[in-house]
Amino acid sequence: MISFLKLLFRNRLAAMGAVVLSAILILAVITPILPLADPDAISTADRFKRPFSEGHLLGTDHLGRDLLSRLLWGTRLSLAVGIFAALIAASIGSAIGIIAGYFGGRTDNVIMRAVDMLMAFPYILLALAIVAALGPGLVNALIAVAAVNIPFFARNIRGVTVGLAGREFVDAARLAGMGHGRIILTELLPNVASTIVIAMSTTVGWMILETAGLSFLGLGSQPPQADLGSMLGEARSALITAPHTSIVPGVMIFLIVMSINLLGDGVRDALDPRLRSGALTRPRAVTLVDRRGNVPRADQKGLLNIQELETQFHVGPRIYRAVNRVSLHVNPGEAIGLIGESGSGKSVTALSVMGLVASPPGVITGGAVRYAGEDLLAASYDSLRAKRGQNVAYIFQDPLSTLHPLYRVGDQLIEAIQAHNRVPETQARAEAIELLKSVRIPNPESRIHNYPHEMSGGMRQRVGIAMALANDPDVIIADEPTTALDVTVQAQILSLLDDLRRERGLAIIFITHDFGVVAQLCDRVAVMYGGRIVEEGPTETILEHPAHPYTKKLMACVPELGGGKRRLEAIPGLPPVVHELPPGCAFAPRCEKATEACRAGEIPLAGTETHTVRCIDPEEELA
Amino acid sequence: MGAYILKRLLSAIPVLLGITVIVFLIMAMIPGDPATAILGSYATPENVAKINRDLGLDQPLVNRYFIWLGNMLTGDFGRSFSLNRPVLDEILDRFNATLVLAGVSFVLASVLGILAGVVSAARQYGLADKLITFTVIIGISVPSFFLGMMMILLFAVNLRWLPVSGMYAIYGGGDLPDLLRHLIMPASALAVVATGVIARLSRSAMLEVLRQDYIRTARAKGVDERRVIMGHALRAAMVSIIPVLGIQAGFVLSGSVYIEIVFQWPGVGRMLVDAILKRDLLLVQGGVVFVAACYVFFNIVVDVAQSLLDPRIKT
Repeated sequence: MISFLKLLFRNRLAAMGAVVLSAILILAVITPILPLADPDAISTADRFKRPFSEGHLLGTDHLGRDLLSRLLWGTRLSLAVGIFAALIAASIGSAIGIIAGYFGGRTDNVIMRAVDMLMAFPYILLALAIVAALGPGLVNALIAVAAVNIPFFARNIRGVTVGLAGREFVDAARLAGMGHGRIILTELLPNVASTIVIAMSTTVGWMILETAGLSFLGLGSQPPQADLGSMLGEARSALITAPHTSIVPGVMIFLIVMSINLLGDGVRDALDPRLRSGALTRPRAVTLVDRRGNVPRADQKGLLNIQELETQFHVGPRIYRAVNRVSLHVNPGEAIGLIGESGSGKSVTALSVMGLVASPPGVITGGAVRYAGEDLLAASYDSLRAKRGQNVAYIFQDPLSTLHPLYRVGDQLIEAIQAHNRVPETQARAEAIELLKSVRIPNPESRIHNYPHEMSGGMRQRVGIAMALANDPDVIIADEPTTALDVTVQAQILSLLDDLRRERGLAIIFITHDFGVVAQLCDRVAVMYGGRIVEEGPTETILEHPAHPYTKKLMACVPELGGGKRRLEAIPGLPPVVHELPPGCAFAPRCEKATEACRAGEIPLAGTETHTVRCIDPEEELA
Repeated sequence: MGAYILKRLLSAIPVLLGITVIVFLIMAMIPGDPATAILGSYATPENVAKINRDLGLDQPLVNRYFIWLGNMLTGDFGRSFSLNRPVLDEILDRFNATLVLAGVSFVLASVLGILAGVVSAARQYGLADKLITFTVIIGISVPSFFLGMMMILLFAVNLRWLPVSGMYAIYGGGDLPDLLRHLIMPASALAVVATGVIARLSRSAMLEVLRQDYIRTARAKGVDERRVIMGHALRAAMVSIIPVLGIQAGFVLSGSVYIEIVFQWPGVGRMLVDAILKRDLLLVQGGVVFVAACYVFFNIVVDVAQSLLDPRIKT
């Protein structure tokens, strides 16, 4: 509760709303004991006195009644009616919702049908119909507004209850012999209470507004009784000659509704855990680059050269070092495997190249990414955009979520082509068909009209590859492109990529957690752990003589076809959390050979020209 | 597509029946003798006898409902006592004015709301976002009837830019420019709350979509950021924005009641309030059923638009 309030008041607008609303509530409560004039005392001699005139702080209305007094009494009435309406709507609506959600089946069906019918009405219209039947009057307006809001509560609470009704604790209560009534009251109600509070906090403002509206139309409170709405309604005829009589109640309604809305938003945000983690932030067009320290000098390695790259995630006070001084290069026609468990930083490394790491929270804090010598991290958005897809293209893991669900695949291919070449639509379309052909999609002429959801996983991934090939890039970064596919399709995709590499002289960075895939495609392998490269070398060497204990363990996880009764090993423990990395080797906590020296400090990547390892006691001596 | 529209039209039938049942039940709540209540001050013995006969009030509730429903299906919504003319004629005369007001207001709210939401999301936590968020909070909290009155005070009385009220000038008006001049204030006053709600929702829908993998794909292809936002992201966000447009259309349509009163707009809303105050219940009943039915059809249009936009919906 305390932490909830803290969270609530960290939101400055919500705090402001709370202050204004409490002030108004306090005034409304103490109105009877304040030294105010009689709100209904008519004095025709004092009609339409301006604000700040003697004895009348806010002036008087068309009958010479004191406006301040009428305002406070009216506020009291409006608040009472609105809150009461909200309570009625919340209790009846929630009861209906819980019953529908708990009993389900036919009961649920009938109730929700009726609720849907009520929701088919334009909101205020239904309230008008109810007032028409019951006759004008404040109580009737209250009933109408409450009734109109019941479906909203019923729907929301039903939704939550349906989720709860199937849970174990409800079953347990049922088995313990509790009756329906007791289950609803003791098991369900406490769990839906927060939803009811949120729903109330978002609707009570509306209900105050709607009752004021009905009174404004003359259908709510009847003279001499006056709430804010009827004050405004009565003042309307004198709008031009004495505007203050309208402004005073109008501003009060506005203040009440606004402070409730601000507070309601704050309550909702504080109770919604998704907003707490800052998940609802929009990634920028390019990852934020904030390099501290020197940019590494260009060396002449590779077409694409990642040097000392550091990418971090800044979430609140925590810093996750997802990529920690990673260096990697790839030559034309070469395929590099980047391998590691999930969370090892391999995808983030790949996405950093073209500034595609979601930012916030991602920040590139150091290093360089050079394409043909040019530092991409220093490039402007326009020059980076021009290289995306044109020079360096990506193939992503799950083509169902990475292709736009609402565009035909042909249009997505055409867009990729036209993003870099101003070619006419018909020519782009012909090229798109050629691309689909080149990734061996049958009937490409009809397939370009498909939406992604109309294709199989393998076909979608071929579309993803075709899209990456659209502008004949020099480098392709493939981020686990076969993980979501079944084994036969996986083999087809791999051989397709291998053919393309040979035909087009593509450089490929292939990200995977599967050594089998690496063996099939890659010339060189880099193994990542805890945001760092722990071993790098030619594929064959590493497969036959892994030097890092982690590499060895990782390979033991791969089942071998016809390998007999080898025990399939799992690496004990979990990958490290990259915001509290231990000093020294990140793998030490899971390593059988770990000694004090491993935890002492930074271990360099060392070895021969071609094969390097970050370990003080490697499995194989590199010489 | 044709089959889908037909399916949606057929599914509207039970909803329309439900609406008539609800209106009928609400009107059956009238305390005391219904004929006297319906007639109010017109309750002469002849009138009471006539309405009892017309509405079959001497018959059981269920029979009465079907008589009423049958009459409506033949276009007979009854006769208004306060206006002494058929209810349907009066509604049809007035509905155009409401349609113009609510329609313009709805288009205004949708366009401005979506635009504000998109800008706000694309510039999240920037100056534009903060300004829009703040304006939206004010917009959704201000009562439309109060806003309308303040607009009259400022733009019509003090600045004399726009006419105070009505739909056309009494002398020499009646053309389109005249209508537009009269429409500016009521349509914008009516649009403010809906604009705010739509802007809010569009913002969060856009933020949700911008985090998706396919947006990253579009960027990885080298698609220009403007196109990423206005094309890829907005297109996907519209899937969750459109249902809200449908709901807001209902708010605008029924919220026009207040605006019609404030600006003396000759629409159905003002007719309903007058009818309630005069206890002309047949007119209320007919008006409510008519407007609710129009809203049901509008929602079908929304659903069809949704299915055109989202190929994943089975049509």
